[in-house]
Amino acid sequence: MKCQEVSKELIPYIDRRLDSATRSQVERHLADCAACRLRAEEFRGVWSMMEELPAIEPSFGFDAHVRQRVAAQLQRGWFLWFAPQARLAFSAVLLIALTVWIANRPANNPASVGPEPSAAATSSEQDFNAIKNLGVLENYDVVTKMDALSELVPASVQPPNQSDRDQTESND
Amino acid sequence: MSRTDVQLMLDVKAGDDSSFDFLLVKYRSPLVNFLYRMVRDRATAEDLAQDVFLRVYRARKHYTPSAKFTTWLFRIATNVALNSVRDNRHQRMEVSLDAPVSAEDEDPMPRDLPAREKRIDEQLLERDRVVFIQRAIGSLPEKQRAAVLLHKYEEMDYAEIAKILDCTEAALKSLLFRAYENLRGQLAPLVNQPAAQRAVEGRPS
Repeated sequence: MKCQEVSKELIPYIDRRLDSATRSQVERHLADCAACRLRAEEFRGVWSMMEELPAIEPSFGFDAHVRQRVAAQLQRGWFLWFAPQARLAFSAVLLIALTVWIANRPANNPASVGPEPSAAATSSEQDFNAIKNLGVLENYDVVTKMDALSELVPASVQPPNQSDRDQTESND
Repeated sequence: MSRTDVQLMLDVKAGDDSSFDFLLVKYRSPLVNFLYRMVRDRATAEDLAQDVFLRVYRARKHYTPSAKFTTWLFRIATNVALNSVRDNRHQRMEVSLDAPVSAEDEDPMPRDLPAREKRIDEQLLERDRVVFIQRAIGSLPEKQRAAVLLHKYEEMDYAEIAKILDCTEAALKSLLFRAYENLRGQLAPLVNQPAAQRAVEGRPS
């Protein structure tokens, strides 16, 4: 074995974890190589120095702290068991509320049946009354020449158009 | 007949919390010491050890005895320690820039002094050696440090350490060699001078 190969086996050698064949090879090399022998001795020295480090004992309340944290974990576990039910209930309530809101939402579609068309009719009737009272509307000729205003006149009060009048006059 | 660790853990899985207490009492000291040597702070080590036990308890339902219990336990502990060291590295660097490192920071002789009475010079010398050794171990890269601690203090075999560190046995051998080479480089001046011998040499005749 060469120095490089031996050096990789020195820790297991000192640790007595080598198989007998490799151990014999390392020992033969160490018998001939002063550098590797010195390195092995220094590894042993490091090893024994590390044993000088004192061990510490856990503090008095260590076990109590662990049990406390475990108990807290258990409580949290119970809470988490309930948590999905709470979420489920909240989702159900939210879904119901959304359904009710959508069902009662006022529709914008003019074709739909509801209170809105009658309200619109009332509003246009008020507009017509306001315009009807204007002095200009008393002049029948002006009214018949104003296409925009003629659209506001309900069918019930709309004057007959020119062709109708002509037809009436011819009948007369 | 005493139950094995695996059996105890399986009992914990089945809902027997007293088995968890057995494991707690058995492994609290090795875990705290391993973590203390990894993070070099007693309070942090205890906090991390509690965290490890909590993780063990939390994982009880999914525990399967696919490996030795200690392999599983120290794998959790190593991951917790490595995360802590990495998280605190930046903070530690800031602290070391602002304040000089004192012997008290290292917490070298924590509470339990040796029973035998020693002379003050012996104690001081030993304290210096302990600080020196601690610093040498603490200066190793995290993975080398974990490998050395598991190898030297937990006396685990290579296969077990390799599983804990998630590497091959060949890679572990190489890792350990580099780690001990680093330590040899740092501790060589003290290797041939045991504390007692130096104390005797230093004592006036």
